[in-house]
Amino acid sequence: MAATPLIEIKNVNFAYGKRPILTGINMSIPRGKVVALMGISGSGKTTLLRLIGGVMRPTSGEVWVNGVCTSRLDTRGIYQMRRSMGMLFQFGALFTDLSVFDNVAFQMREHTGLPESMIRDLVMMKLNAVGLRGAHKLMPSELSGGMARRVALARAIGLDPMIMMYDEPFTGLDPISLGVIANLVRELNDTLGTTSLVVTHDVQEALDVVDYVYYLSDGKMKAHGTPAGMRANTDPLVHQFVNGEAEGPVAYQYPSRDYADDLKMGSRRAA
Amino acid sequence: MQPSPAKHRTLPSVSRIGANAIDTVLRLGYAARFIGLTIAHSGTCLARPRLVVRELYYTGVLSLIIILVSGLFVGMVLGLQGYQTLTTYGSESALGVLVALSLVRELGPVVSALLFASRAGSAMTAEIGLMKATEQLSAMEMMAVDPIARVVAPRFWAGVISMPLLAAMFSAMGVFGGYVIGVVLIGVDEGSFWSQMQSAVDVREDVLNGVIKSFVFGIAVTWIALFEGYDAPPTAEGVSGATTRTVVTSSLAILALDFILTSFMFSAA
Amino acid sequence: MQRSMLDLWVGLFVVAGIVGLVVLAFKVGNMSSAGTGDTYEVTANFDNIGGLKPRAAIKSAGVVVGRVKSISFNNERFTAKVTMAIETRYKFPKDTTASILTSGLLGEQYVGLEGGGDDKMLGTGDNIRLTQSAVVLEKLISQFLFDKAAEGGDAKK
Repeated sequence: MAATPLIEIKNVNFAYGKRPILTGINMSIPRGKVVALMGISGSGKTTLLRLIGGVMRPTSGEVWVNGVCTSRLDTRGIYQMRRSMGMLFQFGALFTDLSVFDNVAFQMREHTGLPESMIRDLVMMKLNAVGLRGAHKLMPSELSGGMARRVALARAIGLDPMIMMYDEPFTGLDPISLGVIANLVRELNDTLGTTSLVVTHDVQEALDVVDYVYYLSDGKMKAHGTPAGMRANTDPLVHQFVNGEAEGPVAYQYPSRDYADDLKMGSRRAA
Repeated sequence: MQPSPAKHRTLPSVSRIGANAIDTVLRLGYAARFIGLTIAHSGTCLARPRLVVRELYYTGVLSLIIILVSGLFVGMVLGLQGYQTLTTYGSESALGVLVALSLVRELGPVVSALLFASRAGSAMTAEIGLMKATEQLSAMEMMAVDPIARVVAPRFWAGVISMPLLAAMFSAMGVFGGYVIGVVLIGVDEGSFWSQMQSAVDVREDVLNGVIKSFVFGIAVTWIALFEGYDAPPTAEGVSGATTRTVVTSSLAILALDFILTSFMFSAA
Repeated sequence: MQRSMLDLWVGLFVVAGIVGLVVLAFKVGNMSSAGTGDTYEVTANFDNIGGLKPRAAIKSAGVVVGRVKSISFNNERFTAKVTMAIETRYKFPKDTTASILTSGLLGEQYVGLEGGGDDKMLGTGDNIRLTQSAVVLEKLISQFLFDKAAEGGDAKK
C-alpha cells in the first residue's frame, strides 16, 4: 500500500457566514479502504463530502486529494479532478429524462470520444456489475428505489473512478436492497481497486462492510477507529449513536422551559 | 400588554420592506449573472446542436397545437368584431388591414408569448427545479459536467429560436381565421381584403418589428423560466412556487416590454 | 421517442415557422411589390404635403411605381421637399406633374404622377417642377362657406 493517504484533510474549518459547520477536522483515507463517516443529521457529514468534491472550499485548512490541494485549484482543475471521482447521491439522482442505458453512458459520452459500439459494451459491463443488465431499456421512473440506487452506482463507476463517495446510500431502502447495496459498496471497492468514503447513519450495516470509521458530531471529529473499536467505545456520545438509544448526551427533548410551567401558562391564558 | 405589540408591529414591517428590497436587488443581480453565464457557456450548444434540437422539440413542437388553435380563434374573433365595427363606417373592405395589422404588430407576438410562457416556460421551470431538487444538477456537476452548459444553455437557445417561429405561425393562422370569417362566411370582397392588407402592412415596419418583439419576448420568457427553475428551493413547494412565479413574472414582463418596444417602434414614424 | 422521429418533428416545426414568416412577408405584407429592382431618385417641392409619410406609395394611373423616400422642410422657400424613389423600369418626362392625392375619402395619402409631353426623361437628382399640394379639408370647407356667403350677398342686392 502506498505510504501517503489518498485523501487527507488537514485542520479544516468551514462556516456559512458566521455559523460554523466544521471545526478543526483532521482525517485521512488510505488507498483501497472503505471508510465510513458517521454522525447524526446536521453534524456536517455532507458538507465534508462537498469539500472533498470541490463543490465548496474550506474557510481555512487544506483538503488534499491524490497529492493535490483542492483549495488551490481553479474551476477547470476542480472539474479535471472530479473525473477521477464517482459519487452516489442519496436517492440516486438519476437523470429522469434519460433511460437507464443513457444514464450510465452519460459520463462516457460527455468525457470520452469513444465510439458508440464501445460505449455500449462498457455500459453493459457496468450494468452487469450491479446485476441490472436486463433493465437497460427502462426509464428511471420504472425502477424501484433499490434498483435506482444500483443504476446510479453503475453510472458513478462509469469512468472507473479512483475515489467513490456515497452520500447516505442506505436511506429509504428495504432490508434486502440495503444488504445488496452494502455488499456492492464493498465488492466494487475491492474488485475495481477504488477507495470509498461512505457517509451514513445506518450504523449496523455500515459497521459490517467498512474498514475504518470516523464519527462526527457538531462539526467536530469526536471519535474514530475500526468497526470493532467503535462498537466497544465507551464514549457516551458514540455509545448512544452506535446502539441507537433515545436518551444520552444527545437529548430527546428540544430545549424548553419547565414542563409544569408551560402547562400552568396554558391554564392561565384559558381562564 | 396591548399597546406594546401594536407599537412593535410597524417596525418589523418596515425592516421587512427593506429586507425584501435588498433581496429583490440580490436576485436581479444573480439573474443577470445567470444569463451571462448561460450565454458564455453556449459553446457546447454550437458543438453539439443535437442538444438544442432535442429541446426545440419540447419547447417548440409541443407548444404548436395550442399556438395554432389559439391563433385561429383570435383571428376569427378579430374578423367578427372588426366587421361589426367597420361595417358601421361602410369600410368593411379594410377588414384585412385591421386583422393583419393587429395580429402582426401586437396580438401575434404578445398572445403567443403569453401562451408560450404558460405552456413551455412553466414546464421548463418545473423540469429544472425538479432536477435540482432530486440532486440531478449536483450529480452532473460531480461528474464534471457543467449543468449551465449542458442543461440550461440548450433550453435557452431552443426558447429563443422557437418563440419568433411560433409567433409567425400564430399571426399567419390568425390572418387565415380572419379570412375564413370575413371572406368565406360574411362575404367581404376577397380582392379588397388581400390588396388593402398588402398595401397597408409594411414588411419592415410591421412584420419585422413584430418578429423583433417576439424575439425579445422569447429571451425574456426563457430567461425567467430557467432562472426561476435554477433558483427554486429544492423542495416540492419550492418548485411549485417557482412555476407559478414564472408564469406571473413572464406575463408581466411581456406586457411591460411590449409597451416599451411599441413606443420605440411605432411612435417614431 | 425515437431520435429520427424527434428530428422529423423539429424539422417540421422549423419549416412551418419559416412558412409562417414567408406568408407574413409576401401574402400579408407588401414584400412582393416593394423594393424590387433598382430605383432612381427625384425630388419635388410641395406647398403642403398634408399627411404624406415616408414609404407612402407613388402611383401613376393607379399603378405603384415607387415609394416616398424622405420628407424634409426647405427653409428657403418654405416648402416641403419630398424625395421619391421610382423604379428604373418606369420613365417619366421632365414635365411630369406630381400631386398629393388621397385614396378614398379618408384613406392614406400618396403621390400621383401624371406624365407630360416632354422628350427628355427624368433622371436621378432631377426636380419635378409642376406640383399640386394636398387638399386641406379645412381650407376646402372655409372656401365653400365663403363662396356661399358671397352668393348670399349677391342675391340680396
